[in-house]
Amino acid sequence: MSTTIIFTVVSLSLLGLLLAVVLYFVAQKFKVEEDPRIDIVEALMPGANCGGCGQAGCRAFAEACTKAENLDSLYCPVGGNPVMQKIAGALGFEVAEKAPMVAVVRCAGSCDKRPKTNVYDGAASCAIMSALYPGDTGCKYGCLGKGDCINACNFGAISMDPATGLPVVDDEKCTACGACVKACPKGVIELRNKGPKSRRVFVSCINKDKGGVARKACTAACIGCGKCAKVCPFGAITVENNVAYIDFNKCKLCTKCVAECPTGAIHAVNFPPRPPKPAAAPAAPAAAPAEPAPVAVPVAEKKEA
Amino acid sequence: MKTFSLGGVHPADNKISCDAAIENFPIPETAYISMSQHLGAPAEPIVAVGDKVKVGQLIANASGFISAPVHSSVSGTVKAIDTIKDLAGNPCKAVVITVEGDEWVDTIDRSDAIVKEIKLDSKEIIAKIQECGVVGLGGATFPTNVKLSPPPGKKAEFLIINAAECEPYLTSDYRVLVEMPEQVLIGASIMMKALNVTQGFIGIEENKPKAIEILNKYASAYPQIKVVVLKKKYPQGGEKQLIDAVVGRRVPSKGLPIDTGAVVQNVGTALAVYEAVQKNKPLFEGILTVTGQCSNVQKNYKHRVGTPISKIIEVTGGIPENAAKVISGGPMMGKAMANLDAPTLKGSSSVLYLTEDQTKRKEESNCIRCGKCVSACPMGLEPYLLNKLSKVARWDDAEAHFIYDCIECGCCQFTCPAYIPLLDSIRFGKAKVMGIMRSRPKK
Repeated sequence: MSTTIIFTVVSLSLLGLLLAVVLYFVAQKFKVEEDPRIDIVEALMPGANCGGCGQAGCRAFAEACTKAENLDSLYCPVGGNPVMQKIAGALGFEVAEKAPMVAVVRCAGSCDKRPKTNVYDGAASCAIMSALYPGDTGCKYGCLGKGDCINACNFGAISMDPATGLPVVDDEKCTACGACVKACPKGVIELRNKGPKSRRVFVSCINKDKGGVARKACTAACIGCGKCAKVCPFGAITVENNVAYIDFNKCKLCTKCVAECPTGAIHAVNFPPRPPKPAAAPAAPAAAPAEPAPVAVPVAEKKEA
Repeated sequence: MKTFSLGGVHPADNKISCDAAIENFPIPETAYISMSQHLGAPAEPIVAVGDKVKVGQLIANASGFISAPVHSSVSGTVKAIDTIKDLAGNPCKAVVITVEGDEWVDTIDRSDAIVKEIKLDSKEIIAKIQECGVVGLGGATFPTNVKLSPPPGKKAEFLIINAAECEPYLTSDYRVLVEMPEQVLIGASIMMKALNVTQGFIGIEENKPKAIEILNKYASAYPQIKVVVLKKKYPQGGEKQLIDAVVGRRVPSKGLPIDTGAVVQNVGTALAVYEAVQKNKPLFEGILTVTGQCSNVQKNYKHRVGTPISKIIEVTGGIPENAAKVISGGPMMGKAMANLDAPTLKGSSSVLYLTEDQTKRKEESNCIRCGKCVSACPMGLEPYLLNKLSKVARWDDAEAHFIYDCIECGCCQFTCPAYIPLLDSIRFGKAKVMGIMRSRPKK
């Protein structure tokens, strides 16, 4: 009995030892050299694996960082500048501060401004709806309101405003990963400069129809009249395909265009409320009466004609 | 009695308008003739604003191999060449004609005499059909001349005339069979001559006894054409299902009907071919059913292509009070109209009113894995799985499960006890997968 036990223990130990030696040499032979910095960088990452940087995930981004010669073309939108600074520190790079971005919903076609022309009762998905037909309003460019962007957001930053039927982005939670931009079949959402104190000016419409057609479908539509482009002192506004676009890199937030827009399609958000009457101020009155401007809700719900 | 072997469902017939003889719908004051009336590239207008046109005059040329010319359905002055909205609300190019009188092109034989003798040869027939803008009137509006010219290496063995009309409510094909059986049979003979085949079948469902009787009576003069009575089951009018039902051959996955040696043409197409070849009349009229349980009228109209749907609704007494949806096509595969001002097209088959009870989607609940959708699918697919794969965007897996074979008949959704919108997501997934497949480099 005892000999059996001794024999078993000894033979198994020998076998273990032998295999350990084999494994050691195999491990030496097939060793994969991996940059130890990848682990360091990965530990600094937020770990959301959202793909907002354009890489497959946080580890892939970390790998790309260690291989890159500089960090100019790499940016983690979720972690933002602090994380990029840390990564740069760990890798011995220098990195310039990037202006934080935020997702902006470029459609203001709420139910009262953009009346429904038919009723959609199919599957609740923007992608399916847009594959079927142009939509349940006269505007074929605008938000369909079925919430694909909300489902795509990993950070709970988008919610549907029941009053307008349009998605609302929470500036604080939004990491500008771009998942909603990809999810929106209409291309309504754009990543834009967050702006100082979250103040920004943008055209809240992407309707490319001619002015009359666009206006008929939605009273908040950009009609491509070009008034804003004329008034802009910085040449930040271009009108193409009957729709104006504000280049956020050139825009200096003077809000002159906001006052000029005949349909109120240009929104200025998070500006402090101004007195309703223009007091000969150079920065034009955004004409946002008493509304205290909740985050990301357009202040410029202005003149109806 | 024969039918197709896989799946299928039995929606209620509701052929309420079956006894309404075909009437001529009044010519509209303005006709909006769409340039996208067929599958493939839109036609190119060749008229200019201010031009005078006659009924049957060519107003737009085909702009590719899979395309079809368009002819004026009215006589008058071209008012505009403009972008209008189609039934779904998508923009499409159209020639707008202000109607003045009803003057036809001289070459069209307007007599009622039935011309039996086929003078043209195979090539001339196909050229004539192309020239007259004939497209498949079963729903897909695929150019008929293309279908009658099998690709090299493929040989047609027989022609099947699709008289199944398996969609509930629709009766336009039925009325054509009852009122113009000879023309349909001659049309079939013409297509058989064009295809160089000696065998033809007419597949018809058992729920049309009157049409079967009439067809049998006239078909005795055409020994090459056999009337095959089929058991009633939806979607028997699907091309692939009909071939299976009539001759028992299955179209392979990714394949075309021609792979089984069959060419399938609709009853309406046969009539259009007859009129084109024997009467020299281009396709600018169609038969359209106005029906619905809540509808005030039950009518079968011969309409001029380009008549606004709103005009048809107006003439038939407006939208019924309790109608919730106006559908173009049948209740199974038809599309709800988002824009009632859209004009009729060559392939328009109905204006169908459905009530809220009939159209309201019931609340979706969880899949209980009962497998009803699988047994209902006439293509042998697994709809519950394709639905899931489409929802999570697993396109490779969806492709591996043959999502591209879906014919969008809606049997799965019709039969689902949990009211899951299976077809919605599968159709979406199919479009995605087909897009991916097309974008791959060809081997």
